Amino acid sequence: MYIKRKEFIQIGSLATAAVMLPKFLKAFEGSMMVPEGNKVVVILQLSGGNDGLNTVIPVRNDLYYKARPRLGIEKTKALSITDEVGLHPALTGFKELYDDGSLGIMNGVGYPNPDRSHFRSMDIWHTASQSSEYLTTGWVGRYLDAQCNGCDRPTQAIEIDDILSLSMKGEHIKGIAVKDPQRLYGTANEQFFRDVLKNHTDEAGEQPVDYLYKTMAETLSSADYIFKQSRLHPTRAEYPKTDLGNSMKTIASLIFSDINTKVYYVSLGSFDTHINQDAQQQRLFTEMNDAVKAFVKDLKANNRFNDVMLFTFSEFGRRVEQNASGGTDHGTANNMFLISGGLKQKGLINELPDLGNLDEGDLKYKVDFKNVYATVLNKWLNADDKSILNKQYELLNFI
Amino acid sequence: MSLTNQIKNQHLMWRAGFGPAVEQLGDLTKFSPKQFYKALVKASDKKPEYINVADDYLQGLYMGIEEAGRQQQRKELSADEKKMIQQKSREGIRNLNLFWLHEMVNSGAQLREKMAFFWHGHFACRNLNVFFQQGLLDVIRRNALGNFGTLLKEVSKTAAMLNFLNNQQNKKDHPNENFAREVMELFTLGRENYTEHDVKEAARAFTGWSATIKGEFTFRRFQHDYDSKTVLGKTGNFDGDEVLDILLQQKQTAKFLTQKIYKFFVNEQPDAEKTEWLAERFYKNDYDISKLLEDIFTSEWFYDEKNIGAKIKSPMELMVGIQRMLPMKFERDEALLLLQRALGQLLFYPPNVAGWPGGKTWIDSSTLMMRMRIPQMLNDRDEFNVKPKDDDDQMMGRKNDPDEDPKATAMKSLKRLGKPVMVNIDWSLYTKNYESVPRESLQASINSILLQAKSQVNPEVIKQYSDNNGRENFIKTATLQVMSTPEYQLC
Repeated sequence: MYIKRKEFIQIGSLATAAVMLPKFLKAFEGSMMVPEGNKVVVILQLSGGNDGLNTVIPVRNDLYYKARPRLGIEKTKALSITDEVGLHPALTGFKELYDDGSLGIMNGVGYPNPDRSHFRSMDIWHTASQSSEYLTTGWVGRYLDAQCNGCDRPTQAIEIDDILSLSMKGEHIKGIAVKDPQRLYGTANEQFFRDVLKNHTDEAGEQPVDYLYKTMAETLSSADYIFKQSRLHPTRAEYPKTDLGNSMKTIASLIFSDINTKVYYVSLGSFDTHINQDAQQQRLFTEMNDAVKAFVKDLKANNRFNDVMLFTFSEFGRRVEQNASGGTDHGTANNMFLISGGLKQKGLINELPDLGNLDEGDLKYKVDFKNVYATVLNKWLNADDKSILNKQYELLNFI
Repeated sequence: MSLTNQIKNQHLMWRAGFGPAVEQLGDLTKFSPKQFYKALVKASDKKPEYINVADDYLQGLYMGIEEAGRQQQRKELSADEKKMIQQKSREGIRNLNLFWLHEMVNSGAQLREKMAFFWHGHFACRNLNVFFQQGLLDVIRRNALGNFGTLLKEVSKTAAMLNFLNNQQNKKDHPNENFAREVMELFTLGRENYTEHDVKEAARAFTGWSATIKGEFTFRRFQHDYDSKTVLGKTGNFDGDEVLDILLQQKQTAKFLTQKIYKFFVNEQPDAEKTEWLAERFYKNDYDISKLLEDIFTSEWFYDEKNIGAKIKSPMELMVGIQRMLPMKFERDEALLLLQRALGQLLFYPPNVAGWPGGKTWIDSSTLMMRMRIPQMLNDRDEFNVKPKDDDDQMMGRKNDPDEDPKATAMKSLKRLGKPVMVNIDWSLYTKNYESVPRESLQASINSILLQAKSQVNPEVIKQYSDNNGRENFIKTATLQVMSTPEYQLC
């Protein structure tokens, strides 16, 4: 039998990993083979509440400049995309993506009865709950529950971080957080842990101890798998030497491998710009711009840009009016960037928020973020959005 | 096989407290669980001291504001003063955290602190004002073992909770339902046991409930809705206290609480028959918390094998439990806060108003590996190289100011030390406990003290990774290895 080199390495790594799996976790070899053109989502969380109005700027709206005499970004400084709209000056790469037809901008994204507390609003975005309910599982986690029943490792969703976000935690399956595949591999390879696992004899059960051993087995197996995959085709492209730059580089290397990952999750922050917003947003946007730019360039060079969809979100936008400290306070609706070679709707997908029609100084949302989630789940990941989101949300047309 | 008093008493200490303390090791075999429980109750008798961590600057400033308020002047704070208040308040909450953690480790009043810890999750509240937080903590600790009705009413009148649940904005002309909704959904009845109409009507009864800047409850007469309301079938010109009484009259409140308490103290899988029985008695005993706990901890079934070692320790139970067994001093207390964050349970920062969901949700790949590495970090053989996530509520937009970021400062100070977690473990009492144990039984003896789970780690593995040169070295290293296993995560 002829086995392609890539697949051979994969089977090889699987075989070693499978040895240490407890009996109740048999590796599911068949579905590990990832087809060419595996569709992937990259979620970029802008933590802290990014100021959407200074991101996608209504450069001909007097109400905007009136509300922000000091903070408003002048038309001449913004990166013009239409007569009416400019991007933040630091987002040069995003402007190129716009020109190139691979950037979509969804305006006025939010949810009913918005909460202005960071943690509660982030909770709502992570769990995809209504603002009146509290869920303990995240939306990506529930995607894992639906997709990955019986998986021996939770690598279908990877967060590039040391700590796993709520969005990645399902009822039965939780994604895995890995900041640096090599370091996780090192920790998991601690021989003591391997021996403890190997000597555990209990069979499958519903007891907490079974759950602990199952998680441990999954972690050790995943650490192995992710590390080996990250070495398969490490990208040689240049990335900025920032946190986000490193994370995007790790993601790219994994995308180019044969890993079964469908969702990558990474955060940047803090965008909580109550004071000195200009400098802070400039710095963070520069980091985001350079990292995303390098990432897209790399994907294009490897012919994978059509299979990858990156989107950004933030727990809320900020108040329309500037505050007295050169910043803005917590607000409501916000914009999202959608980036892919496979977009069906490009550029400004819907209208900019109406600054003449506010709710006590805050923007009114036009698109529920759960519609975006549903669309990504259904049209990109081929998943049952209704059961994952507990409700049928109307699908949008950007993909 | 009948269980020994030792394992039963350890079970009791893990559930009714934060695990057995090293000083108690000798007593574990001497007394029956009934005697042990009696001693626990007695040790929790005394009224707890008010924990005051706010520093002089804040005290002075708040006095000043109060004074100005009395003179009907509005004192405007400067930007610097505001910044200073935020920073001092954040430091205050950090100190409050460490102070209470210290109580959990060292206090003999284990039952009270454990119950207060339960209420801390039940009445989950985020508030960045240290005065408000220490006020709420005091209410919870004072009433932890008292009457639930009193506790509910006092909590409902704390500035922390009124503020957190937006009742300051609940006015006759613009009712805000948040407070009324959470009181019903999370504090008393539980979901689906009231209607939206009940929430609306109850919210009207709470109009005017507010707090002063110093954190004292105040009733704003002109904002209160004095008209008639109908809540859960009862009609009258109710005020907030009367609505709370109506909620307490519902047997569902006793059922809801008992189920939650059973899950927290006994088993994640509630037993309908037991919780029904407990709820009946809790209701009949007018919500006497001590009696409910006595019903649980002196019952036969509490010591059933299926309830022992069946719970996943919360991060606090894990960290406090280790410290109670191995008295230790951290060179930098920041390590304790970083661990809380990394493991997903930072005191005073619950994930949302519903509190920490507990059980399996504590465990994912990152937190499990972190948990199992803690003993080696304490032993300086592993380093703390995990960066917890930011908390924007806590940072208040000051993350990018390096002097303002407590996490960055903590990481920095840990780095500067070279060895990230510097801990001094006092092994003397612990190793002394094994004095009369023959060498060949040491391993079994260590296991029996540290592990509650039925599943046991293979002794050969522990032995292989322990230092076999001399008794003392063996005891120390085997103890740390046992603490690094999945089984040690259970109690």
